[in-house]
Amino acid sequence: MTDPSLREQHRFDSLRESATFDRPTIAAIQRAAATGVYDIRGWGAKRALPHFDDLLFLGASMSRYPLEGYRERCGTDVVLGDRNAAHPLHLDIPVTIAGMSFGALSAQAKEALGRGASEVGTSTTTGDGGMTPEERGQSTHLVYQYLPSRYGMNPTDLRKADAIEIVLGQGAKPGGGGMLLGQKISDRVADMRTLPAGIDQRSACRHPDWTGPDDLAIKILELREITDWAKPVYVKIGASRTYYDVKLAVAAGADVVVVDGMQGGTAATQDVFIEHVGIPTLAALPEAVQALQELGVHRKVQLIVSGGIRTGADVAKAMALGADAVAIGTAALIALGDNDPRHDDAYRRIGSAAGFYDDFQDGRDPAGITTQDPELAARLDPVEGGRRLANYLRVLTLEAQTIARACGKAHLRHLEPEDLVAVTIEAAAMARVPLAGTSWIPGRER
Amino acid sequence: MTTTAGPTPGTTTVFDLGVTGVRALNAELHAPTSRHYEVLRPQGAHAVAAGIDTDIAVDVRGHVGYYAAGMNDGGRVTVHGNAGTGVAENMMSGLVRVTGDASQSAGATAHGGLLVVEGSASMRCGISMKGVDIVVGGDIGPMSAFMAQAGRLVVCGDAGASLGDSIYEARVYVRGGVASLGADCVEKEVRPEHRAELAELLAAAGIDADPAGFRRYGSARRLYHFTSGNSY
Repeated sequence: MTDPSLREQHRFDSLRESATFDRPTIAAIQRAAATGVYDIRGWGAKRALPHFDDLLFLGASMSRYPLEGYRERCGTDVVLGDRNAAHPLHLDIPVTIAGMSFGALSAQAKEALGRGASEVGTSTTTGDGGMTPEERGQSTHLVYQYLPSRYGMNPTDLRKADAIEIVLGQGAKPGGGGMLLGQKISDRVADMRTLPAGIDQRSACRHPDWTGPDDLAIKILELREITDWAKPVYVKIGASRTYYDVKLAVAAGADVVVVDGMQGGTAATQDVFIEHVGIPTLAALPEAVQALQELGVHRKVQLIVSGGIRTGADVAKAMALGADAVAIGTAALIALGDNDPRHDDAYRRIGSAAGFYDDFQDGRDPAGITTQDPELAARLDPVEGGRRLANYLRVLTLEAQTIARACGKAHLRHLEPEDLVAVTIEAAAMARVPLAGTSWIPGRER
Repeated sequence: MTTTAGPTPGTTTVFDLGVTGVRALNAELHAPTSRHYEVLRPQGAHAVAAGIDTDIAVDVRGHVGYYAAGMNDGGRVTVHGNAGTGVAENMMSGLVRVTGDASQSAGATAHGGLLVVEGSASMRCGISMKGVDIVVGGDIGPMSAFMAQAGRLVVCGDAGASLGDSIYEARVYVRGGVASLGADCVEKEVRPEHRAELAELLAAAGIDADPAGFRRYGSARRLYHFTSGNSY
């Protein structure tokens, strides 16, 4: 081979990228060397993980009787928090909107989330930073988060809420606090959080006035007393030691347990934390169900699962594994317009691209969602955003119903593990369902 | 519940928690029919007089457990005894007074009002305080005023280790010794306006102490932005 151009092509074709030091890894090392600070970003874990995609439904056949698609009733409603509260939530669909703060999100985005959720009869959730009038005004069912920072926490809003969610952790960062960088601390955000504008603010990683499950029981009692036992109390945990955490949450008196897997999103967290702390949603969910079943409270203390819910299939699979409802965050933002290709030029101007944008921390979101910049935020029309979210929630519900009917179920909550198989050994072991074509559940005696 | 007179202003209603539970007490305090309440035999109960949002007075005769007067927005609660964890946590306004000692996290995250602990307060006093004024007649424990955002903490005795760690804009006054200062907390000059506000706070708390004997601590504001130089 003497042709120089062929030699050059051959040399290029023989280049081999390291699986250990791939291009993103090299770029990360170079970035760290140049800046001396760790990378902070939004979104959840981006690494490949065993997930709901690794499960399949066994549609009805000879031994199972399906329901007619579109015609025969398949219920979707769910009651949350009827264990102790005088006024539990009764939602029309089992897909809720996860907690995301005003501060991390624009007021327009929070309003859009409320509008979309309310249109289809489900709940939305506040976040670190308190409750905004826009959000309360547009949310038929609003869950008020009670976080370690207690930013914006006050008894008036607590009483306005429809439920209280005590946040112990988040799937993207179990064991970590939160942060909101200075560029997003507008005067309004600063005022709600009682902090100077423009500073990088931290949200504590642990609650300031209780230190363990026994204390949590007393804290829940206090919140019930302040709200006269009217409101359900949720406890949200980031998935890590899920089995034990769920048992302790129930023992402390939770009406609803929320388990957030590591694919769950964040507004701003260290990349190393997002990718290396916590466990996948698929691994956490069966642990939570086992804990509830052993305590005899499965379906009595409701379970909400979040972290990587994207489709109606994900909804159906989560419910088949034992969840009473799911929560979405990242997917809801995408429905509003996050990472929309129409913003691609704008994303590229800030060093990203549509489909890749995760710099929620820096406040320059071209879609006007994860920003406090008034000009950027004005790009999101809350009415249009709400309509898009409502459409998306309807599709999730219709998809889940389609699958449930195919499995012969007249209500989404009737889905069960028996309806599922796994296509990988890892997923079979985590989900505790058989590997497809076998009766083998890894970790269980045959 | 015993009403010594009718439910009109100027009357006193008595709750004996040895007979009536906290639920009945708080339900009454959230929709009060009297202006003054006496709570007898609290026996360390939790969430006593929590969630008050009207201008009523509550005298608790004995020791209380966790979260007494929690999240109150108005009113005057006096605990004639000791208080457990989180007394007056997240208070918005009003007055809470503890004649004895307070356990940890007294006044945690409180936004306003005045908390007076005539005795000493344990660790994490004023943690994440957001505008409350706290006056402690005795000592405070370690990690007090951790991430304190706003408000004033006055300590007539000594302060434990790591005072004001990661403090924001709260001001801390200590008359006695400080075991150690936390990250980004520094001693600051006491100017006349500080002595004036100290005098006001001590007077409001009913504690007789000379403002000239206090030292002031607050944030160096070196941790307000993440940099590679942050080491804590």
